Amino acid sequence: MSNPSLSATHDSAHHDASSQTTAGFWVYLMSDCLIFAVLFATFGVLVGNTADGPAGRDIFSLPYVAGETALLLLSSFTFGAGMLSARAGRRGPLLAWLVTTALLGAAFVGMELHEFAALVHDGAGPGVSAFLSAYFTLVGTHGLHVTLGILWLGVMLHQAWHYGLDEVVLRRLACLSMFWHFLDLIWICVFTFVYLRAFL
Amino acid sequence: MLGRLGLDAIPYNEPIIMGTLLVVAVLGAALLGVVTYYRKWAYLWREWLTSVDHKRIGAMYIILALVMLLRGFADAIMMRAQQAIADSGHAGYLPPHHYDQIFTAHGVIMIFFVATPLILGLMNVVVPLQIGARDVAFPFLNQLSFWLSVAGAVLVMMSMFVGDFAATGWVAYPPLSELGYSPTVGVDYYIWSLQVSGLGTLLTGINLLVTILRMRAPGMNLMKMPVFTWTALITNILIIAVFPVLTATLALLSADRYLGMHFFTNEGGGNAMMYINLIWVWGHPEVYILILPCFGAFSEIIATFSGKPLFGYKSMVYATSAIGVLSFFVWLHHFFTMGSGANVNAFFGIMTSIISIPTGVKLFNWLFTMFRGRVRYHSATLWTIGFMGCFAIGGMTGVLLAVPGADFVLHNSLFLVAHFHNVIIGGVVFGSLAGISFWFPKVFGFTLDERWGKIACWCWQIGFYLAFMPLYVLGFDGMTRRMNHYDNPDWHPWLVVALCGAVVIGLGILAMGVQLIVSIRHRGENRDLSGDPWDARSLEWSTSSPAPFYNFAVIPTITSLEQHWENKLTGRAYLKPEHYEPIHMPRNTGDGVLIATWSFVLCFALVWHIWPLAMLMLAAVIVHFIARTYNRNTDYYVPASEVARIENERYARLVRVTQVQRPSSSRPKAA
Repeated sequence: MSNPSLSATHDSAHHDASSQTTAGFWVYLMSDCLIFAVLFATFGVLVGNTADGPAGRDIFSLPYVAGETALLLLSSFTFGAGMLSARAGRRGPLLAWLVTTALLGAAFVGMELHEFAALVHDGAGPGVSAFLSAYFTLVGTHGLHVTLGILWLGVMLHQAWHYGLDEVVLRRLACLSMFWHFLDLIWICVFTFVYLRAFL
Repeated sequence: MLGRLGLDAIPYNEPIIMGTLLVVAVLGAALLGVVTYYRKWAYLWREWLTSVDHKRIGAMYIILALVMLLRGFADAIMMRAQQAIADSGHAGYLPPHHYDQIFTAHGVIMIFFVATPLILGLMNVVVPLQIGARDVAFPFLNQLSFWLSVAGAVLVMMSMFVGDFAATGWVAYPPLSELGYSPTVGVDYYIWSLQVSGLGTLLTGINLLVTILRMRAPGMNLMKMPVFTWTALITNILIIAVFPVLTATLALLSADRYLGMHFFTNEGGGNAMMYINLIWVWGHPEVYILILPCFGAFSEIIATFSGKPLFGYKSMVYATSAIGVLSFFVWLHHFFTMGSGANVNAFFGIMTSIISIPTGVKLFNWLFTMFRGRVRYHSATLWTIGFMGCFAIGGMTGVLLAVPGADFVLHNSLFLVAHFHNVIIGGVVFGSLAGISFWFPKVFGFTLDERWGKIACWCWQIGFYLAFMPLYVLGFDGMTRRMNHYDNPDWHPWLVVALCGAVVIGLGILAMGVQLIVSIRHRGENRDLSGDPWDARSLEWSTSSPAPFYNFAVIPTITSLEQHWENKLTGRAYLKPEHYEPIHMPRNTGDGVLIATWSFVLCFALVWHIWPLAMLMLAAVIVHFIARTYNRNTDYYVPASEVARIENERYARLVRVTQVQRPSSSRPKAA
């Protein structure tokens, strides 16, 4: 290492790998955000087009949705706690927090599926009206994201257990945590603009 | 088990399609035979298909685009021939159902599988080299993106022989594209081919954005970035901002078609205008996605071949950024006739006209770059000059269309068709072809044949005016687009002229093919030994041609906007470094090709409602992707001794070049 400037660029190229990935993932999240933006906009345009079917007020139950919201917010907290353990290098607590997060997420998805099933059973399925199409698609897309997040959590549980908390695992956990909090943020918007709005 | 797929999906009774199938089959078999005969499969797989090298991926993007150009052009000449025949009572040779598929496929292919891959290919090749990086930020993702584009292209090509393609026009407006009016698989092919290739484009956008923002050589701040990279930066931001909109919009259309929902249907409270708004929220920025890197390429070319720095670099940067921002505020001009009211139309009309200001700034910058320069009329220069005239005309007819009152008359007429071909051929096609002839040696190590390059250029220029100027006249004469036949004898002569123009363009394409063959055969005489065949200015010309897989043996430190030119003037251009360091590089992988293959089968299964296969392939994509995350052996170090060996060979070559006379005072100096 006779040339200090060369070795500096060499090393920094190495260190950058992690921050590059997180930067790229941020950008991906922004693009995902735009998918939701389209779904929200479409929902906003079509919300009144109930085509003689039920409107939001007729079919939503706020306490039920508040329960879903609580589960998801709690899961964000447990994920945050898990990330603190990860940064401190404590793998045991990290795994415990991640399992808790996955269970909370699964409970959320379960509640959502139950809600969907009940709606379809009551004759308010996605094919009834433009409003219901937009509702099912928007909320369902979020649910699909949470499901993929749970799958990802499972993979990361295994990788953290298998590889330990090395640079790659920490980087992926950081991305997953951004993803998870992002879904929370989207849910807040869903809660506000889809459910609460129906009762204004 | 096979869903909707049956033997009746193959259109036996259509001689034109079966004839095409025969030709494609024979040519395909010949190609496979040649590869097998020369035992090149292992080489192809190892060096190209599994490559994560941005230059090779870029080259493959361009090859994909040129192959698809042949298909898109075949569609074009069939339409021109049909309209040249189908006058006053003649039905022509294409039945309406087939004709409708052809104009749809022509638009889809030319935008998604010719123009887009051309742009992505050029950016892939040039951007890392211009910023002094060794690869893109996520090389594996880059490979995956490319193969996803290929999957989309194969789907479109396949639709012709298995089933049919959409007969809706290239943006597939509902309710026509809904199940009730398009019950066959055509629109499904359309949806899934765009979804899979659109995903690839989005991933490339993210990849290149991070590359540009995070991987520039030390010292290269944003205002020392070459102008092509600037245009690439804005283009990638646009890709990231609008391709998700396309994905979501097409997903909603699929929800209508597959799940019986009512987003854009006539029934159930659907709103077709929502689709049309959304598709153009993607569609209008898309045209700037395509044109901006071409502006960048023209800027590099005109500065190089005028032997002068680009006039008004900063204004170029600001103009590019301004176009990027403005491109989001004009989408409604695609449907002034929707009837949004005078105020809304006026707003979008004014915004549209405003875009011509930064574009005009660029045009003057190029002219002033040439002014008092020592212009060399290389074929890339000819493309650029041809572009300036052509694009100016296209821009002016665009401003004409931007006036809502005029648009009510010209909407959906051939005037519009002439306008957008004027800007897309004149801008994107000329720009990409100029860029290819300019940067070709950087990837392949030899320059393209100039004689045939100029012939191709002249054929395209002349053919373009012959083919499209008559369409302006026809538009004023009231001829609407997408006509299978017509009853107005006044239109006929103009359409015959347009056919002649298409034939001349065809000769241009033929000349491009000849150029490629001649160039490959004479590659020994046209080797680019110096790595800087045009006496150029930016960083990519400071490394050898073809650029080594690691691009730069030593990452350069940037002190100037035109680093390579500066180095040539100060005699630092070809200094040999004292020693080399090991270089960190990504390993080749087959994962991207394979995941894209599963995605392709997944899309095919979705088109034909083959649900078990679709589930299987979805699982394959996910499992394969997860398995990839367990591969910890994705990169390696090139030993310093290997770098030294490659670089020493290069310096040995450079010594030979010092005897060759070069146009500028600066000659490469081998240390």
